Amino acid sequence: MTPTIKTGALLAAALLLSACASTQDRLSTAPATSAGALASGPLGDPTDPTSVAYFNQSVGDRVLFAVDQHTLTAEGESVLAAQANWLAQNPEFDAIIEGHADEQGTREYNLALGARRASSAQNFLIAQGVAPSRLRTVSYGKERPLAVCSDETCYQQNRRAVTVLSAGAVGF
Amino acid sequence: MRLFLILLTLLAALPALAQTREGPLRIEINRGVIEPLPFAISPFVAENAGAAQWADQITRVVAADLAGTGLFREIGGDAFISQVSDFNAPIRYADWRAINAEALITGAVRLDGNRVTVKFRLYDVFADAPLGDGLQFAGDTTGWRRMAHKVADQVYARITGEGGYFDSRVVFVSETGPKDNRLKRLAIMDYDGANTQFLTDASAIVLAPRISPTGDRVLYTSYETGFPQIFELNVGASTRRPLGVQGDTMTFAPRYGPDGRTVIYSLTEGGNTDIYRLDTATGARSRLTSAPSIETAPSFSPDGAQIVFESDRSGTQQLYIMPATGGEPRRISFGQGRYGTPVWSPRGDLIAFTKQNQGRFHIGVMRTDGSDERLLTASFLDEGPTWSPNGRVIMFTRETAGEGGQPALFSVDISGRNLRRVPVAGAASDPAWSPLLP
Repeated sequence: MTPTIKTGALLAAALLLSACASTQDRLSTAPATSAGALASGPLGDPTDPTSVAYFNQSVGDRVLFAVDQHTLTAEGESVLAAQANWLAQNPEFDAIIEGHADEQGTREYNLALGARRASSAQNFLIAQGVAPSRLRTVSYGKERPLAVCSDETCYQQNRRAVTVLSAGAVGF
Repeated sequence: MRLFLILLTLLAALPALAQTREGPLRIEINRGVIEPLPFAISPFVAENAGAAQWADQITRVVAADLAGTGLFREIGGDAFISQVSDFNAPIRYADWRAINAEALITGAVRLDGNRVTVKFRLYDVFADAPLGDGLQFAGDTTGWRRMAHKVADQVYARITGEGGYFDSRVVFVSETGPKDNRLKRLAIMDYDGANTQFLTDASAIVLAPRISPTGDRVLYTSYETGFPQIFELNVGASTRRPLGVQGDTMTFAPRYGPDGRTVIYSLTEGGNTDIYRLDTATGARSRLTSAPSIETAPSFSPDGAQIVFESDRSGTQQLYIMPATGGEPRRISFGQGRYGTPVWSPRGDLIAFTKQNQGRFHIGVMRTDGSDERLLTASFLDEGPTWSPNGRVIMFTRETAGEGGQPALFSVDISGRNLRRVPVAGAASDPAWSPLLP
């Protein structure tokens, strides 16, 4: 899989993000310049319920975690339930779930913590009926913060599991 | 590059005193040196015309190595009463005593074609005697820094009674770009920041390199497949191969055993991280931990018999020691806060670690039974200690806070003194210190 993301389209999508858009939010979960486990493909029309853009913005592509935790919040579970519902209706999509941590931790521990978070989201989606073969996880630890300040307003955005769709092309 | 080491027994025309280590010229490192030992280094004599430039550079690197330890203080040349213009001429000890130089280093450099030959002698000024024999190193001009480091290692070893650490290299991660899209490359440099070379390009995130006991191979974690996996890189050949790749898993936190062939690492499966052991020669793999908690950052004892690692099985990150083949771990960290990234000292006596407590990060050391914990640093984010070859100095990553936060490499003596920024061009993290080079 070659990560060929259209940065322009991605930034446009970031501007449309209302739920978690802040001044620091550059929607950089899918770094365009580094090889990563990112799924590529057109984002589509955000008003089209079968589009990636709709999933990202209206369904919600991410869940957040408390400090050092990997258990899902009630809010997180409702987002994931909506993701599972969307995935059921759009079977041509697979997903990679990216787990992340804030910078308040050592590098390797945070990799393991990000993996736990991604796995929590994955397990919930599977329990909601998503076929395990459609889901894969990857952890970025603290390597890819979304918000770059060094206080809790940023940290809480960085402790996340993000469901990144790909149009049946994950190929693993 | 090959270096040749020749004992200058014949060159030592002066009485070859069997200098014992009980002489007055001695730094007891364990005592905690407050006052650095004053030394003079006479500009190394150029024995032929082409050698002048090399003689000058080598003299400066030897002096910088010694002064950089914080254990020695250089007396500047403008204070010198006598000049050493002939390497074999008798030393006028009184002239060096008069400027309070306790140690005197003299040297000579010769250039033959592309080959540099460096000789040096060390004198105990107040004993009116040489300290040890003269030594000679020879090698290609490209290796002139190594020859200087070898001279400094000899001086350090003779005066402290411990091995040196100057002729060594450090593998690290060179970083560029904004905090939310950092580009990372593996790089290698001399311990003092000179001679940096890149080992990978910036196309994939790379993390936490670890260098082999022979210094010629590097284990690291790369995202080049899109998922974190361990690779092994041959430094000389710049070739690399994946190691321990296994289906839908993530592997990271590798470290060599003292045999250079065993690798311990973490593998994550289904969100759970445990420690595994791989024989890279046979491919035989065994699982060393199997708990639902996070077990990572394993590090061998120098004798290969035990492994120190971190686990959050108690609820927070703490340090544990287990037999090298697995088995019941024993917790060794009991202070306040969280403990991670344990690394066993090459001397076997101490464990270095990262501690997080009350919003601050520290580099610290404790004995292998967890006693005598000492914190050496404190900052917004210090992490990832690596030991100097002689177990006296720790290098680590210090990262500053905020949007413009940048990581840099620092070193600190295990006494807690002599905190220094390692001069690396640009941002850098995750240092791994090699053994002394052969």
